[in-house]
Amino acid sequence: MEKKLYTITIFSENTVGLLNQITIIFTRRALNIETLSVSPSALKGIHKFTITVFATENMVEKVVKQIDKRVDILKSYYNTDDDLIHQEIALYKVATDKLLSLGSIEKLIRQYNISILEINDTFVAFQKSGHYAETQQLFDELSSTIGVLQFIRSGRVAITKSKVERLSDMLESLKKFEQE
Amino acid sequence: MEHKKMSGSKILIESMIKEGVDTIFGYPGGAIMPAFDALYDYRDKLNHILTRHEQGATHAAQGYARVSGKTGVCLVTSGPAATNTVTGISDAMLDSTPLVVITGQVGAPLLGTDAFQEIDVVGITQPVTKWAYQIRRAEDIAWAVARAFYIARSGRPGPVVLDITKNAQFQEVEFNYQPCTYIRSYIPVPEVNMEEITYAADLINNAQKPYALVGQGVVLSNAEAELKAFLEKADIPAAWTLLGASAMPTDFHLNKGFLGMHGNVSPNMKTNECDVLIAIGMRFDDRVTGDLNTYAKQAKIIHFDIDMAEINKNVKADAPVLGNAKDTLPAVTAMLKPAKHTAWIDSFKEYDEKEYEKVIQKELYPEFGEITMGEVICRISEATQHKAVVVTDVGQNQMMAARYSKYSQTRSLITSGGLGTMGFGLPAAMGAKIGAPERTVCMFSGDGGFQMTIQELGTIMQEQIGVKMIILNNHFLGMVRQWQEMFFDERYSFTEMQNPDFVAIAKAYRIEGKEVLKREDLDAAIADMLKDDKPYLLVVNVEKKGMVYPMMPAGACVTNILLGD
Repeated sequence: MEKKLYTITIFSENTVGLLNQITIIFTRRALNIETLSVSPSALKGIHKFTITVFATENMVEKVVKQIDKRVDILKSYYNTDDDLIHQEIALYKVATDKLLSLGSIEKLIRQYNISILEINDTFVAFQKSGHYAETQQLFDELSSTIGVLQFIRSGRVAITKSKVERLSDMLESLKKFEQE
Repeated sequence: MEHKKMSGSKILIESMIKEGVDTIFGYPGGAIMPAFDALYDYRDKLNHILTRHEQGATHAAQGYARVSGKTGVCLVTSGPAATNTVTGISDAMLDSTPLVVITGQVGAPLLGTDAFQEIDVVGITQPVTKWAYQIRRAEDIAWAVARAFYIARSGRPGPVVLDITKNAQFQEVEFNYQPCTYIRSYIPVPEVNMEEITYAADLINNAQKPYALVGQGVVLSNAEAELKAFLEKADIPAAWTLLGASAMPTDFHLNKGFLGMHGNVSPNMKTNECDVLIAIGMRFDDRVTGDLNTYAKQAKIIHFDIDMAEINKNVKADAPVLGNAKDTLPAVTAMLKPAKHTAWIDSFKEYDEKEYEKVIQKELYPEFGEITMGEVICRISEATQHKAVVVTDVGQNQMMAARYSKYSQTRSLITSGGLGTMGFGLPAAMGAKIGAPERTVCMFSGDGGFQMTIQELGTIMQEQIGVKMIILNNHFLGMVRQWQEMFFDERYSFTEMQNPDFVAIAKAYRIEGKEVLKREDLDAAIADMLKDDKPYLLVVNVEKKGMVYPMMPAGACVTNILLGD
C-alpha cells in the first residue's frame, strides 16, 4: 500500500503524561512523527494534538484506533491534505547587510508574503506562514543566496473542510448520556 | 456533610474495601510502609498474601482474577518492586485481565531527583497498562482508586497502575468516597448497533458452512450460556482459542476443539473451508491465524468484539459486531433461523480421526517407553473428573495441558497466552486457589518455568495454599528444544538442564511431594496427590525428547499442519 502524509487530530484531557501515551503508539510501529503541535483547544480543559506522519492508510487507521482507545483520549481521527485547511509558520533570521545586498527587499516581501518582526544593525527576523513547500522554498532561496542564520518551522495546524464537527457531536451525545 | 479526617494510607485501604476488595497480593518496602501500616488494622477484612517476589504477586493476582472474575490487587513498594511487577502487568495487558497494581513512590518533593528507590513507574508502565497514574496528594487517593477499579474491570479489562507518593500516604484529609461509573473520554462498551446485528444474522442465515471461533471475550462477558444458545440455534460448529478454553464444555456437541499452532487439526483446516467465519471475543493472534495472506480468504468474516481497535487489526471484518458479547450474541440469535448443518459438521470427523490415529493415541496411551506429557495430563484430568482448574506455565507443558485436559466448567484453564511468561504457572495457581478455594487447582509446569518462580513455594508453605503442582520434567527447555530439532538442525543450544531434586526442595518447604519414574507408579502417585486439599508436588520424569504435535509452523498457512512421523 502507498505511503502518504496523514494528519492525525487528537482531542484529549489535559493530564500529565498524555503525550507519552500517544507517542508510544507510534514508537511500537516504528513510525516517525513528521510534525507535532499541541495546544489548548476551543473547548476549555480539552487539548488538541495535530500530528503528521508518512504511513499507509492501513497503518494510520490502526494507530488512530489505538490512540482513541486510551482512557484519556476523547477523540482521534485522521485526514489527508485534501480534507484539510492547514498551515505552518516559519521564522527566518538573516544578516542585515547580506539582506540589503540582495537589492529589492520589497520584491521578496511581496512574492513570499513575509512579515518583518525585527530589524537591527546585525540581523533581520521575519516570518512566513504557509504550506511546508512554501516555507521551504523561501528557505532554499535565502540559503543559496545570502545564507540563513537561524530557521525554525512549527508543526502543522489544521482544520477540517468537513461540515461535521466530530468532537462537538461527540460531546453532545455524551451530554445526553450523562443526563440519562 | 463533614467527613472524618484520615491518613492517605487509611483512605487507600477504605477505598479498596468500598470496591469490594478482600484479597491483596503484596510485598512491603520503604515507600509503601505507611500503607502496610494501615493494612495492619484491617487484617480481619483484607487477606494479604505475602509472596516471595513482586512478580509472583502480579501473577497470583492474575490467577485470582482469571478464576473469579474479580479484579486482582497488588500492593508493592517503589523502584525494584515496581519494576518487578512489569512482567505481570504486561501479561495482564495482553490477556485482558483486570488488575490494580499499587506501587509506593518516594515523597513528592524528591520526584525527579534520582532519590533512593525512585523510578518513573508511570513512564515505564504506560505502554502496558490501560491507565497509569501518579497520586501526589492524599485528596486524590479516593478518586484515583475508584477510577482505577472502574477502568480495570470495565469494557475490555486490563491492568491499571497507581503510583502513590509517600507523603500522600501520610497526609490527613477528609474521606469521601464516590464510586466511578463514568469517564467522559472513555467508552468501555460500544453501543449495540442494530444494523450490524441484522447484517451478521443475515450472513449466518445464508451460510452453508458457518464456523465460530470462541475467544476469552465470551468468558470475560459471562456469555457462555448466550454462546451455547447462539451456536445451537443455527447449528454452528465452534472451536476455541487458548484463552477461550473452557468457555464451552469439552463434551458440548458443537465444540470442535482447539485452534492454533498446536491446536487440533480439524479446527485449523476448517478455517479455510467455511463460508462464514464468526469470531467471538478473539483477536486473530498470529498463533491462531498463521499466514494472514492465506487465512480464511474464502469466507465472509463476522467479528464480535468489545474493543473497536481489534476490528480490522489483523483480519478485515466484513461484518463487525461491536459491543458486549452478552448483549450482541442474544441480539443476533434472536434473528437466526433454526438450521441444521449436519454434513458440514460431520466433515470435521475425518480430520479428527486422522489426528487421533497419528498423534493423540500415541501421546495418551503409549504401550511402552518413557512416560509422555500428554498421558500425565490425561490421567490427572480423569482423576479430577475434569473439574479442576488447570493452571499452566509456558511451553510444551502448556500446550499439552490445553490439548489434553477436558473442561466441564468455565474459567478452568489459566495460562499466559499473549505474553507467554515462563514462571507464570506457580504464582498464578496460588492466586487461582485463593480465588476458588472450593475447586481443585492443578498446576502443570516444565522443569524450566518452575525454577523461574520457585521461591513461591515459600508463600504456599506459609499460607498453606492447596495447590497441586505437577512438574513435567524432561531436563530440557522442551519447546525450544522441539524447535531446535525441527528448524535448527538439532543444535541444542543451551536447552539442556541439570535440575535439582525438586521433591527435596518441596520437603525443605514442608510440602509433600513424590517423584514418578515409571508408568506403573503414575496412577498411585496421582491418587496420593489428590487425597486431600493440601499443597503437593508431583514430579514426573517424562520422555526427554517429547514433541507437541500437531504443529502449524510459525507464519505458515493454517492448513499446513505437521503431524510428526
